Amino acid sequence: MVKAASSRSGGATLLVATRKGLWQVKSDATRRNWRLAGPQFLGHVVHHCVADPRDAKTMLAAARTGHLGPTIFRSADRGRSWHEAKQPPAFREGGGRVVDHTFWLTPGHASEPGVWYAGTSPQGLFRSEDAGATWRGVAGFNEHASRKTWCGGDQDGTPDGAKMHSVLIDPRDARHMYIGMSSGGVFESTDGGADWRPLNRGVRADFLPDPDPEYGHDPHCVRLHPVLPDRLYQQNHCGIYRLDRPAERWQDIGATMPKSVGSIGFPMVLHARDPDTLWVFPMDGSKVWPRVSPGGKAAVYRSVNGGKSWQRQARGLPASQAWLTVKRQAMTADAGDPVGVYFGTTSGEIWGSRDEGRTWKCLAAHLPEIYAVEVA
Amino acid sequence: MRVLIPNPLRSYTGEAAAVSASGATLGELTLDLDRRFPGMRFRVVDEQGQVRPHIKFFVNGLQRRDLDAALQEADEVMIVCALSGG
Repeated sequence: MVKAASSRSGGATLLVATRKGLWQVKSDATRRNWRLAGPQFLGHVVHHCVADPRDAKTMLAAARTGHLGPTIFRSADRGRSWHEAKQPPAFREGGGRVVDHTFWLTPGHASEPGVWYAGTSPQGLFRSEDAGATWRGVAGFNEHASRKTWCGGDQDGTPDGAKMHSVLIDPRDARHMYIGMSSGGVFESTDGGADWRPLNRGVRADFLPDPDPEYGHDPHCVRLHPVLPDRLYQQNHCGIYRLDRPAERWQDIGATMPKSVGSIGFPMVLHARDPDTLWVFPMDGSKVWPRVSPGGKAAVYRSVNGGKSWQRQARGLPASQAWLTVKRQAMTADAGDPVGVYFGTTSGEIWGSRDEGRTWKCLAAHLPEIYAVEVA
Repeated sequence: MRVLIPNPLRSYTGEAAAVSASGATLGELTLDLDRRFPGMRFRVVDEQGQVRPHIKFFVNGLQRRDLDAALQEADEVMIVCALSGG
């Protein structure tokens, strides 16, 4: 078992990446009072902004504009000043593939300071060894002989572009990694990304001719518990799942959600210390996939027993006519005691709970479409 | 030659709206611009050597889509970012 980062009793800072720039939302020590700071990169599409927990000063932001190509901005002073990467993620020249945007950023293993990983749209994996200044493709994935079979063509993905996300590093072993791809599924590497294999058994893919394939799934968000790294959860296009390694077959933990709510959503958040506690934000996955709070009744659902049962957590959220959409990177939690849980909506609101989801409060509104929320 | 820089790229040129650069072709010109203003080329030309979809190059007022297009020292090149909608 790996020790979690020590819980913080102080305030929290949220990095809010939006379709039109980056904001920060900062609390006082009680996490009752919040103030909005920003914008930075106004007009840039910021897909993800992540702070490095290893040095508490580095931040990376994945950005592009409507016309300019994708890049990475780096800060070495917790977001006060930013500098562009010298060599942003880009596929091999002559290979025919073009990075549309960097979608996901993950700091590397604690034993590898300066190492970061980036997942792109279309699906590509990139690694930096200098805190984001220069990036190289992870050939073990990008050039893998089966990559196109796993993922399909670059134009075959979801309407907003096929994506690699959920780049997860085992805190016990820097060479043990997982990735999630929409589409493609969950894949595992035990050799630092030199080779990969699918890890999707038990996960439905009811949109494919074979509903139980080896790959081709649509995981929306995959999480690995930092204290119990053999525990994985995923919010999938086809439900909610849990996997306890070394098992290879995911267990459906979404079937216990209320039928009227369903088990469809995009984000998933884990408790920093308790591997059995997690939160999801269900959205309507019926018919043409409205992807809004079912029935317009916004609610978070929490499980405290690894997904055996779920509790609705809606106190403070609007009770009706609240058609909220929360993207897969737009929900997060801090490590406070009790844990603070936060989500951002495509309608530009930040909601937060300082009591593990029991009560909710709107922390900020009128922002552009929110793509990602991370705790700094 | 004189190169007119659109607003979205002026963070690379110290906010200069016009700069000098050289090259026998448009592609060479983008490489020279990148030497002078590091990072600029990848924002307008992708890793496969294609002009990005919403970027246009005009040479003496005429749009040129081909990075192999020949340039003369007296030419004026204008880079345009075409963006519309919300």
